Amino acid sequence: MKKKKAIIDGKDLIKIYQMGDFEVRALDGASIQVKEGEFVAIMGPSGSGKSTLMNVLGCLMSPTSGEYFLDGEDVSDLDKVELAQIRNQKLGFIFQSYNLLARTPALENVILPLFYDRTSLLTDEEQQEKAIEILGAVGLADRIYHEPQELSGGQQQRVSIARALVNDPVMVMADEPTGNLDSKSGAEIMDLLVSLHKKGVTIVMVTHDPAIAKYTDRTIHLLDGKVAREVINGKEQK
Amino acid sequence: MKPIKVLKIAWLALLKNKVRSLLTMLGIIIGVAAVIIMIAISAGTEATIQDQITGLGSNLIYVSASFGQGRPGESMTSGGLVYDDAFAIADQINGVAGVVVEQSSTQTIKAGDVTLESVTIMGTTADFPSVRDMDISSGRYLTQEEIDRTKPIAVLGSSLAEELFGEQDPFGETITVDGSIRLTVVGVFEEKGMVGDVDYDSRLYTPITIVLEKLVNNQFSKFMGDRVRLIYVEVDETVGTEGERTLDDVIYQISLLLAKRHDVTLEEPDFVITTQQDIITTQESTTAAFRSLLAWVAGVSLIVGGIGIMNIMLVSVTERTREIGIRQSVGATPNDIRWQFLTEALLLSLIGGLIGVAAGVIGAWIFGQASGMRTVIVVSSVLLAFGSAAIVGVFFGFYPANQAAQLDPIDALRYE
Repeated sequence: MKKKKAIIDGKDLIKIYQMGDFEVRALDGASIQVKEGEFVAIMGPSGSGKSTLMNVLGCLMSPTSGEYFLDGEDVSDLDKVELAQIRNQKLGFIFQSYNLLARTPALENVILPLFYDRTSLLTDEEQQEKAIEILGAVGLADRIYHEPQELSGGQQQRVSIARALVNDPVMVMADEPTGNLDSKSGAEIMDLLVSLHKKGVTIVMVTHDPAIAKYTDRTIHLLDGKVAREVINGKEQK
Repeated sequence: MKPIKVLKIAWLALLKNKVRSLLTMLGIIIGVAAVIIMIAISAGTEATIQDQITGLGSNLIYVSASFGQGRPGESMTSGGLVYDDAFAIADQINGVAGVVVEQSSTQTIKAGDVTLESVTIMGTTADFPSVRDMDISSGRYLTQEEIDRTKPIAVLGSSLAEELFGEQDPFGETITVDGSIRLTVVGVFEEKGMVGDVDYDSRLYTPITIVLEKLVNNQFSKFMGDRVRLIYVEVDETVGTEGERTLDDVIYQISLLLAKRHDVTLEEPDFVITTQQDIITTQESTTAAFRSLLAWVAGVSLIVGGIGIMNIMLVSVTERTREIGIRQSVGATPNDIRWQFLTEALLLSLIGGLIGVAAGVIGAWIFGQASGMRTVIVVSSVLLAFGSAAIVGVFFGFYPANQAAQLDPIDALRYE
């Protein structure tokens, strides 16, 4: 079987927050690898550093030290502008609270990443077509001109999933994607993520809910800023 | 990112908060409107004054007596202008088109059953209509010969003629002045309107010799002789244009002549010569000062408007922290965010500026209608106000835009 390339390759990631006189080591030498096409959950109790890991892996911040290769590109030491461009080109985000632009139609929300894409060769019309197509794929073909406040939580999360996919990212980062949803909509969202995964989308999901983590191939457990253990298909590793 | 897209985002953002956008623009609107209205008022005032000055007649030189300049110990009778000075100027100075001497007296007049009190009887000379730019509508004006002979005739201002005789033709009618002096009407002037605060239409014009000999108080008359306070000299149109004689040459010639006639030196004259231009210059410097004061006041209100924009933009940046975070998470760079907010500020001030221009133009018109003052929209003031609004927008939009650009995406996303 052909070896899949690594999308995430992080070694000895350390993130230190300076809080006045003392420092907090939110990440303390975490190493993590995610291969193309994987669906990975990151779990851990609060304070374990999973949010920080998510922010570092999502290129929202740089690690204090350590190496981070995203899709083969060294992104451990980039400035704000370069990080923004990496996010725009290679990543898609799904947040717990959806983070859609208020009073803005679903379509506009989905187009947003393309809007900031300097390399895009698509015309405005092509961007629109693409966004409409993806909205259709997440089951919102009849909601493209609805604004977030007119949509249910599950529908809003679908819009944000569409937004995460519109720029053909190498990886989608999901932060507690079902955290604000009832169990039925939550299950629907997870089914949607699983179906995306089956189509080959690489997904890294942060969650504290073991039931949600079960949808994934592999679960990485964090503790005190380090990777404590990994579970693949229910079998204990290490 | 393409500028047109930045513009579109900014426009949509403003539309989402219509009321706030409008309130933000209010300062700019008022500022711009104030600049335009204030400059319109001052320009209107200036134009009115200009009209009045030119309404007095163009190319005028005023020769006035300066009693205060007489040498100590001499009686007043030795100083000042006399009636004959005017004719000397007319006869002996080249480049003089006409000379007018005026002496007025306020009297009660009677024509038929109509009696009018406090009518200005204007004793004047033959060149009066040309120097004062007044035209005869019916009949004729006074001739020099009639003036020399103290002929009891009169020419009426248009409104005075109507008051005394109504629709009737006043030609040949008799007017009794001061109970005893009977004047025959020979003509009526066309309407002239107000010049300064002088109503030329309500006056009665008669030979100056009549006023000097019969109307001016006897005691005063003996004391003053045929003294006059003011001689109007109208300069030939060629003066100053042919290069041979300039206005200054004419003034110098008049000074020499009068000094010789009055036996005074040019260093200590008993008369003062002013030109129309002197009056216009004085007037211009006054209105210029007035105008720049108004412009400053209005400019300050523009700056206050700008501070208003900055305030609201700062609030708006805080309020929209989450939105900024979302944009950053999908790849907006600090510059993208900075441009978005700067463009919003610029759009606000430009739209505010446009509304302000409209409000200013309409406001100036309404003000003109309501107050009866003349207002003139000065195009340069519109451009100035609009341009200042744009500059104010960029200047005061920069700080909030920078604040927005420097937000950390994680903090911004977490912001509730």
